[in-house]
This record gives sequence, structure tokens and C-alpha cells, in this order.
Amino acid sequence: MSLKHIDLLICCGSGCISAGALKIKERFHEVLKEHKATNEVNIIETGCMGPCDYGPVMVIYPEGIFYKHVTPEDVEEIVSEHFIKGRPVTRLMLQEEEKTFAAQKDVPFYQKQIKVALENCGYINPESLDEYIATGGYEALGTVLTEMKPQAVIDEMKASGLRGRGGGGFPTYIKWQMVHDNKADQKYIICNADEGDPGAFMDRSILEGDPHRILEGMMIGAYAMGASMGFFYIRAEYPLAIKRIKMAIAQAKEMGLMGDNIFDSDFSFDAEVRTGAGAFVCGEETALIHSIEGERGNPTPKPPYPAIQGLWGKPTVVNNVETFGNIPTIFRKGAKWFASMGTEKSPGTKVFALTGDVKNTGLVEVPMGTTLRELIFDVGGGMIGDHKFKAVQLGGPSGGCLTVEHLDTGVDYESLKERGSMMGSGGVIVMNEEKCMVNVAKFFMDFCVEESCGKCSPCRIGLKQMLEILERITSGFGREGDIEELQRLGESISKLSLCGLGQTAPNPVLSTIRYFRDEYEAHIRDRSCATKVCKDLMHFQIDKDRCIGCSLCARNCPVKCITGSRDEKYIIHQVDCIKCGNCYDVCPVKAIDKEPGMHPDTVAHRAELSKAVNRYEDL
Amino acid sequence: MKTLADLKKIREKAQEDMKLRGGNVRIKISVGMGTSGIAMGAREVMKTFLEEIAARNLSDVLVTQTGEKGLSSMEPVVDLIEEGKPKVTYGNMNPDKVKKVVVEHIVNGRIVSDYVVATGD
Repeated sequence: MSLKHIDLLICCGSGCISAGALKIKERFHEVLKEHKATNEVNIIETGCMGPCDYGPVMVIYPEGIFYKHVTPEDVEEIVSEHFIKGRPVTRLMLQEEEKTFAAQKDVPFYQKQIKVALENCGYINPESLDEYIATGGYEALGTVLTEMKPQAVIDEMKASGLRGRGGGGFPTYIKWQMVHDNKADQKYIICNADEGDPGAFMDRSILEGDPHRILEGMMIGAYAMGASMGFFYIRAEYPLAIKRIKMAIAQAKEMGLMGDNIFDSDFSFDAEVRTGAGAFVCGEETALIHSIEGERGNPTPKPPYPAIQGLWGKPTVVNNVETFGNIPTIFRKGAKWFASMGTEKSPGTKVFALTGDVKNTGLVEVPMGTTLRELIFDVGGGMIGDHKFKAVQLGGPSGGCLTVEHLDTGVDYESLKERGSMMGSGGVIVMNEEKCMVNVAKFFMDFCVEESCGKCSPCRIGLKQMLEILERITSGFGREGDIEELQRLGESISKLSLCGLGQTAPNPVLSTIRYFRDEYEAHIRDRSCATKVCKDLMHFQIDKDRCIGCSLCARNCPVKCITGSRDEKYIIHQVDCIKCGNCYDVCPVKAIDKEPGMHPDTVAHRAELSKAVNRYEDL
Repeated sequence: MKTLADLKKIREKAQEDMKLRGGNVRIKISVGMGTSGIAMGAREVMKTFLEEIAARNLSDVLVTQTGEKGLSSMEPVVDLIEEGKPKVTYGNMNPDKVKKVVVEHIVNGRIVSDYVVATGD
């Protein structure tokens, strides 16, 4: 007999786990034991609930009470007050502007979100097949297998308008149709979970939070195109996602939802997990296929498209995790329902991983066409502190940045492309006015140079050239014509590279030049970084009037470039300064300022050096 | 599992296990668990509700708890909240009274007026 009257859902997404969610779970077990109340509470580990910044978070049903920033020390109070006496702990609830948000559904973070792919994420126990079934799971698969012909499934997908959520936005039904029409003795379906963009964690969260959904989506696709074997290509950096998918496959097999003649139909299906070794390029479908085959993960030219000649030469479809995540719901609620959300050309919703200088970092799902303003300021809660919004980078190293003037742009595949950015997989990095855009472009270029597989020369050599120019600009050696050279290189690399990595890698540089050209010009002409991020283009200065002559700065300087005395006060010898910032940190009276621009002494010193080099070369 | 009907059976059972997380709830029972309520045996009252409901397999009834209601002289106090009907408050509850309320009010829909101390909001 069940006496359980409370469901305690603890978010065990990666964010909350690193903030200590597992320790809190252990503590709940201990405290409930002490109170002899273990038979009254279900403790359930869920996937990511979304608002990672509030982590560790938990939701307590039946009331749906939402607690944030919970620590193991709070557990005693939650049990004795809330569980035993029914008095929810107000101080752990979200409080903003003197308002308390007790229930999860009232929390502003969730207000503009519509959850489709994330429907169950943070609501069910991802390791329980029963809970997935309770939310309507595998109903779509059952209906599809017993009542629909493969072509009808593809037609339904066409009506839904679902486009690939991995970034390209290619209509999913076209891929399926191509493989369906292609006669072969063996066809394959692959789930691309090689999510590698810096700051992106959508696919991981869905796999960790609702693995059966992805499996069901894959099986519906497999039935439509006639594939009997599927592969999950998941990067090795996602151990929990790998564990959960393997567990889901085992559970589905045991229940008879996978294997031979599923739902008494002619359809048989099996799936396996393959782990990627962490190469960014393996997110490209041909490289991914070669990696599964056991070859080096290098892309090959298309055509032949994988739909014609894919894995081991057989027709293959590669779909992204989130794409699969939408499919069960499309078949349960109908293509019309799905197409009614979002914009005309980009129906449905999109999951974004919101990071950077925004208050509510986390995992969000909003309808396509939601404006950046709503995404960043309503869902994201605006900027941290008193900082101003400067730019947002969408699509990671393949995407581009957008600025204040684009805040009212609706987010969909076309609108972003027009403005020099792209949807990408859904990473959204928000930046405030303290970020140097040249430096941001350099960061992403550095990433792409590292991750280039080296097969084609535009990407291997061209990106390296771009990086060297950016390094030159940020270290004060920029020349007239560098900006034009970056644009020329970027445009040719985009046109000439073999795969998506090279084709999109120049985007961050090109888009920052497009919207922040003045910053590049200031770096090159004035040798000045207004945000004081580029160390060569800023300097530290001691204000003599404020300096008390305590000598702390001089004693903490690792290169001994600060001299002076109590009477004369202290000065920094700019030529030797390595800009470590120690003096700035230790000064007890804050007499040291960060100034933009290269110090005149350094400029003169560099000029002398280059003169000497020229003289030497003349000899 | 071979048919959609099999799946439906599993789903219904699984939904029953997840009913605390919302869904199909006809009647909500809210037990007052303030200090005075607990002193007068509110925990016993809640346990009896849970046992009776489980024994009768009433899948659309939810038991929750709440804080002090301000009716200390009539503790333990229990609210029965039914969709679209005025709230019914029972006072001076004990396990035997709970059993009667479950049979009469929850199963047969007849309010046990002897125990009622208030109705409406």
C-alpha cells in the first residue's frame, strides 16, 4: 500500500549536478530516514529543468513548488517544515522585486516557453520507461506502425514542416523521402549527438532528460524509410547521455518495443551507440559516417549524399537529436498542431542554450520567430548587473553575432542567415559592453583552426592565415588593409571549403567586421582596445594623487617594473609591464587605473625595435 | 507487448503512479498540518486517508497538506476541494471519521454534514 503523497523532483542535469544536486539527494534520503518518513516521499532524479542559473533546483508535487539554490543544509528544513507540516519554505522560492513565485508554472523564466522536445525533460524520471509511457510515450510509434503506411508517415512530416534542428534547417521529410525511394537491402538511420559548439548543451540535456523520446523518434523515421538499424553517435564527453540511451535501448527491448515485429507489424529495429572521440568535424554528416565505419573522421564531398550512399555505402539518414525529439509529439498531436507554431517557413519550436552575461542562463524552448529581445530579456531575465547588451553570438563558431539593432528580429533560419548569423544548433552567447568583439572573433577562429581536420587547404591554411591576422591586430601590430584581407580570405574560404566547418568558420569574423568595424579600426589605427580586453592595447597607470606610497604594488609585481618610494609615489615602467594585473588587484586605495590604448612609451619602444630590425635587414 | 491496447494498460498503471504530478484529479484532500493539527493527530488522519484511498484504488483523489488554518479548537481540520463545487471543511477529525468521509463523501458524493465545520471559501 502506497502512502506516498509527495513527489520530489530533483533536477539532475549537468548544471545542477555540478552545483551539488547529488549530495542534496543523499541528504534527503538521510533526513527522511531520521524522520521515519521514507515511505511518504518519492525522490525522483530528473533531467535538466532549464533554469541552470538557479541550480540546484527542485520541484515538489502535488503543489508544484519550485525551490532554487538549495544546499544540503536546507534539506532538514524542507523535510520538517514542508513535508511533515505542509508549510513550504518561502526563503528558498524565487523572489524577484518583492514578489514570491511559489509554483514552478509561475516562474517568469518559463512564461514565454513552449516545450515540445523538452516536454518531459525535468518532469519525468529519465531512467523509467513507465514514466515515459505515462506521458503518452510510444503511442505515436504504435499508431504509426499499426495504422500508417511509410509514405503516409513522410507526408505527415512534410505537412508538419519540421526542419533539421542541427543547424542547417534542411526539411527532414526530404531526407526521409530520398532514402524511402532508394531501393536497397539495408538502410541506416543515425542520430547525430556530436554536439560540439562552445556553450551549447541542448542535445545533451534532451538525451539525459528524456532518452526514450529520441529512441521513439528514431524508430518512426526508421519505419518511414525502411531502415532496420540505427546508430547513436554521441561524443565521449557525454557519459551520462551515453548511459541513459543505452539504458533506454535495453528497456525498450525488454518491453518488446524494440526488436522483431514491433507491435505485431513487419517492422523490426535495433540500435547501437557509438561514441565519438571529441572531434568537432564529426558533427558533419559524412565525417560522422566515416567515424562510425571506423575510418578517420574526415568529410567527403557531396554528392553522393548519404541518402544515396551513406554508411557502408548504404542509404542513410542523419538527423539531429532535437529533430528526433520533435517527432513523437508531431505524430501524437498532429502535423497541423505543430505547423501552427512558429513562422510560416520555420514551424515549431527551437531549443536554445542560453549562456554568457545573461541572468537566467539555461535551457529554453521557444516558438520559432520569437524575437531576440524576448529570448534574452524576458526568458533570460536581461543582463547581469548594470551592464548593457552589446551583442549576441548565435550558432557558435559557425554562426555570427548580432547587435542591439537586431533585438527585434524574429529568430528563424532565414532571418538569421540574412543578417549574417545562423541558427546553428542553438547556442546563444550573450555579451555585454565589456567584451571586445575582435577578441571574440579570435576565440572562435582559434577554435576552428584547432578543429579543422586538415583535409582541404582553404580550411587548413586559410583559417590559419585569418587567425594570424587577428592575432596581429589584437597584439598591436595590425596594418592598414588587414580588415579587407580578412574579408577577402573569409569569403573565399566560405566558397571553397569542402564541408560545413570551413564554409561557416569565417562567419564570426565577417559578422563582427560587418557590425563592429570601428572596433577593428581602433585596434589597428589607434592601437587601442576600448574594452581593455586585449592586453597589448591597454595599460595600467598609477594615479599619483591617490597613491599612498605603500609599495604593495611594487612588491607584488612579478617583473619588478614598478618603482618609487613613499615620498615620490610609485610609477609603472610601461615597456617592461606584462599586464598581469597584480598591482591593480592589490592596491588598497584603488589608485591604479586600466586605460585603453597602448602607452606612448611602448609605442616608442616598439618603433625603435622595428627600426633596429630594419637596419639589420638592410645589412 | 504487441498491441496499442497493451500499451494503454501500461500507461494507465504508470499514470496512476505519477498522479501526484498533476493530471486527472477529481477531489483534492488538504490536511491542515500546523503545530496544533499535528498535536491533535493530523498525521494519523492523513495516513488513514492515504490508506483508504489506496485500498479502494481511487486514482482520481489526491491528498496534500497545508499549514495552520486558524481553526485550532477544531483540529485536525481537513478540506475537500472538488472541481466546480464549494469547498467543504471537516473538523475534529479522527481515523474513524476519515473512513466514513471516504465512503460517504468521496465514493458516494454525500457530504457528511455532522462533521462539517465550514463550507465555501
